[in-house]
Amino acid sequence: MPRETLTGSRIRERRIMAGLKQAELARQANISASYLNLIEHNRRRIGGKLLLDIAQVLDVEPAILTEGAEATLIAALREAAAHARDHGAEIERVDEFAGRFPGWARLLAETYRRSGALERMVETLSDRLTHDPHLAEALHEMLSTVTAIRSTSSILAEPGEIPTGWQRRFHRNIHEDSARLAETARTLVSYLDAAEDASADRSAPQEEVDAVLADADHRFEALESGATAPEDIVRDLSETSSHTARTMLERTLARYAEDARAVPLDTLTDAVSLHGTDPFELAAHLGAEPGRVMRRLAALPEAVAPAMGLAICDGAGALTYRKPLPDFPMPRFGAGCPLWPLYHALSQPMQPIARPVAQPSRDRVSFDAFAIAVPSGPLVPGVLPLYEAHMLIVPRAGAEGATVEPLPVGVTCRICPRDGCAGRREPSILARDGGLSG
Amino acid sequence: MRRDILLIEDEPNIIEAIRFILSRDGWTVNTHANGVDAVERVRTLRPDVVILDVMLPGRSGHDILRELRSEPDFADLPILMLTARGQTRDRELAEQAGVTAFMTKPFSNAEMLEAVRSLVPVS
Repeated sequence: MPRETLTGSRIRERRIMAGLKQAELARQANISASYLNLIEHNRRRIGGKLLLDIAQVLDVEPAILTEGAEATLIAALREAAAHARDHGAEIERVDEFAGRFPGWARLLAETYRRSGALERMVETLSDRLTHDPHLAEALHEMLSTVTAIRSTSSILAEPGEIPTGWQRRFHRNIHEDSARLAETARTLVSYLDAAEDASADRSAPQEEVDAVLADADHRFEALESGATAPEDIVRDLSETSSHTARTMLERTLARYAEDARAVPLDTLTDAVSLHGTDPFELAAHLGAEPGRVMRRLAALPEAVAPAMGLAICDGAGALTYRKPLPDFPMPRFGAGCPLWPLYHALSQPMQPIARPVAQPSRDRVSFDAFAIAVPSGPLVPGVLPLYEAHMLIVPRAGAEGATVEPLPVGVTCRICPRDGCAGRREPSILARDGGLSG
Repeated sequence: MRRDILLIEDEPNIIEAIRFILSRDGWTVNTHANGVDAVERVRTLRPDVVILDVMLPGRSGHDILRELRSEPDFADLPILMLTARGQTRDRELAEQAGVTAFMTKPFSNAEMLEAVRSLVPVS
């Protein structure tokens, strides 16, 4: 969604944050309350002196109202502030910071992301030291051998006579043990070499995959035409990635290729122009599985339809695919907001869910969410199926036509300001009382 | 005074070295190389000191220690435990089970001798 069309929403957001009534702001800006209402719902364009006046009343830079700041950037900054609360980062002025110093803000967000990735790498590594059976065994073997060598060699080195028979035996033992030690050391080194691969740059393989998908804007032209095999793309895209990430990416792209074969771009484009973007309706018309239609919709070029977000999770609720939208961010790691229809779908497999959702303090009804959970493999009698859930996020033009009260959702608890939420996992840095008690 | 020691350890070259050092110090060194029937061996041999490795084929040294301590005959038997992992968890487990002394590999011969001597009152 073009950001400048949301100036009204940002004015509304700022006014509510400042605790001003609509009538009060209208009076100070010398316009009627009903006109301000139209502006706030993005139904009237605003610029020039009026914008400057409103910005002055709200005590913000005009650019923040017109351009806003990337929601994902803001979310990252909030997260960073939450992580280091002691520094007293001015969270209430985060929009202003991101708006006035976008470069610094991006640098800060990136540095925060990077330090998080490094922290997780350290965790992974120390975890490996304690729990990796290969490593534990190799170290045990080395220590045993070293013990034998140390003990034997010091017997030989100590002053005093040692019978010749014993001497010969000890020499042979040291020789044997040193050969064994060399072999264990070699094994250990090659094992660690192989493991290094897995902890390359981004640490979490899912994060590496997400980065590759985001770089491609979740769309692979070469797979649409079937001209290139997924493995070739993976080879080109992820030279530096870990083996794990490559395997995961290959699986994702193989699925993409299969989807593109089953629902080609032309077919989908025609269907969308006839029936709109409701994935369940499209699925019925195309005779395709709804999850597949959602994945195809999320890969549509913007010329065909506005960009749609997509989240896929496994039965454990872990996000295996995330395509966030600028105004519908998704957490980079960990689970999302438990109120997401994605998770409701998991609790009612095979039940299609369609309902408007609203992010906190954004335009009241911004998105339609469609979600469904279906078994992820073949159905076998006597075997409990594993489920996979999909959630498609489609931006709405405005509040018009909303017949259902939008479901208030968030991104993830830490940066969610909602009070009294039953789904809250941890206190927010935004709610005054931490939100857990509310 | 009889000074019998039972070394329960599966590394042949460690067994050889320890056997040599302790024999030279006047001990009668008996060895046992697996965990499965180690307790049985202690019962028949009734040694003055047991040196027990944690990682043994068949049964862990911790299990053996627990079983020995559950028998009144061996409640006070001096037991020196050896581990290749200097992990605090191993040590805690051993202490809870009532180990007499604890030593991490690699140790020096002098340390081994000193530890074993300290376990038995000088006659």
